[in-house]
Amino acid sequence: MYNQTEILKDTSELGAEGELVINMGPQHPATHGVLHLVVTLNGETIKKIEPHLGYIHRSIEKMCESLTYRQFIYVTSRMDYLSSHINNLGCALLVEKGMQIEVPDRAKVIRVILSELTRIASHELWLGAMAMDLGAFTPFFYAFREREMITEIMEDTCGARLTMNYIVPGGLMYDLHPDFQKKVKAFVKQFKAKVTEYEDLVTNNIIFQSRTKGVGILSAEDAISFGCTGPVARASGVSCDIRKIYPYEVYDKVSFNEILDTAGDSFARYMVRVKEMNESIHIIEQLIDNIPDGDFVGKTKNVLKLPKGEFYTRVETARGEFGVFVVSEGGTTPHRIKFRSPGFSNLSALNHMAVGSKIGDLMATMGTLDLVIPDIDR
Amino acid sequence: MFLKEYITEVYNGVSSLLKGMRKTGYYFVHPKEIITEQYPDNRAHLNLAERFKGEVIMPHDENNEHTCTGCTACELACPNGTIKVVTKFEVSPEGKKKKAIDALVYRLELCTMCNLCIVACPSDAIKMAPNFEHSVFDRTKLTKVLNHPGSKIKEGIE
Repeated sequence: MYNQTEILKDTSELGAEGELVINMGPQHPATHGVLHLVVTLNGETIKKIEPHLGYIHRSIEKMCESLTYRQFIYVTSRMDYLSSHINNLGCALLVEKGMQIEVPDRAKVIRVILSELTRIASHELWLGAMAMDLGAFTPFFYAFREREMITEIMEDTCGARLTMNYIVPGGLMYDLHPDFQKKVKAFVKQFKAKVTEYEDLVTNNIIFQSRTKGVGILSAEDAISFGCTGPVARASGVSCDIRKIYPYEVYDKVSFNEILDTAGDSFARYMVRVKEMNESIHIIEQLIDNIPDGDFVGKTKNVLKLPKGEFYTRVETARGEFGVFVVSEGGTTPHRIKFRSPGFSNLSALNHMAVGSKIGDLMATMGTLDLVIPDIDR
Repeated sequence: MFLKEYITEVYNGVSSLLKGMRKTGYYFVHPKEIITEQYPDNRAHLNLAERFKGEVIMPHDENNEHTCTGCTACELACPNGTIKVVTKFEVSPEGKKKKAIDALVYRLELCTMCNLCIVACPSDAIKMAPNFEHSVFDRTKLTKVLNHPGSKIKEGIE
């Protein structure tokens, strides 16, 4: 049996005098997956955070090298599973760009509508889970009520709720469900009516505000140097929306605002995401009545072969810039494939954001980073 | 000055909490707007989407005939090696040899429901079924033979 002086001696050996090292994760309710953070504390103040990755590494990049250009798209649904449709879109865009495949207008518009629905669903889940991290349990159910409508639309049209795999190079796998437009309009109506509930429950709540305002501040320079993208960088004032800078599909034909904030704290990141949901609704409203008729898939060869060379495409997922880089030797499978995932870069800024704050604030900082661990580990 | 700030903070805190509690109270007295369903109890009226990808099946008609020619397009399209087509040669009464399937082995435990085999099939012999309750006690039961015993190919399908 240890006596007290021996225990104190043991802990002091772990670091410098007065430091305490605790392991947060891999099984921790606030890390939303198997993320392992080694947190060095001085009292309650964070001195250093070291993320340990690899608990859910599945070597997806290597796996893709043995799959053909039709098959490798479905694997990317398993990376950032909350915006799987947008990941699939990025991969399909790469194959279309490399092979010069014409995509029908109908497919383009449907892809954009589904991407925006995916973005709303992802932000809804984030909103509920983040509020739950901070101790508010009820918003989880309110957020999931609206998200459930989106997953039902996805289930009707794509046949799955999370890992859709609805996109093939050249278009879509099959046509829209006949009820699609009716259901999306019902969702838009309900969402607009219920979004005020989030304001009442979360945004204006004094506890939520005092726990997030001024917590985890990331300056614009740091956001750029850490390679942060998506809502994390936009909350610091960095304009980085791929939909605006390098428009793909029909994003150059619809009008929407890039949401920017300058505070760079957790509350700003929260507000950027909530406002982004409204922008996504605005995009859907413009497109839902204007889905052109025609084919849903373009003419493609039976066997897809990318010409020799290097290709890169990027799309804006719910978390930031998702990039696909393929080196092709001219065969039916990629020679080397690399995914640039937004979560990995956003996580790298965590140490910088959290040092000096209290350990209780780490939940708010991490929650607003919107980490999806399979996206980080791949 | 300090007292004034303190009182406004308390006022804001109480009013924001009451606002949130009002929303909760609204749903407490309007239980019909709550959409939670209890899963095993609602099986009888469970409306699954017709396109829901639950498992791969091979539809047979009333004469126990299917439309699979054994072309192995699904086997080539599958990214995980889920489907294995075992073919045999049938000898017709005229002495002609014809390729036909012996067994279409489907391993549910490997399947990711990506739908690529259904898109690849030229004769629409397989399709996705909305069955999601797959739990069994023995994993060998997850390896299935999709064509029924004694079934044969429909006339006129090449």
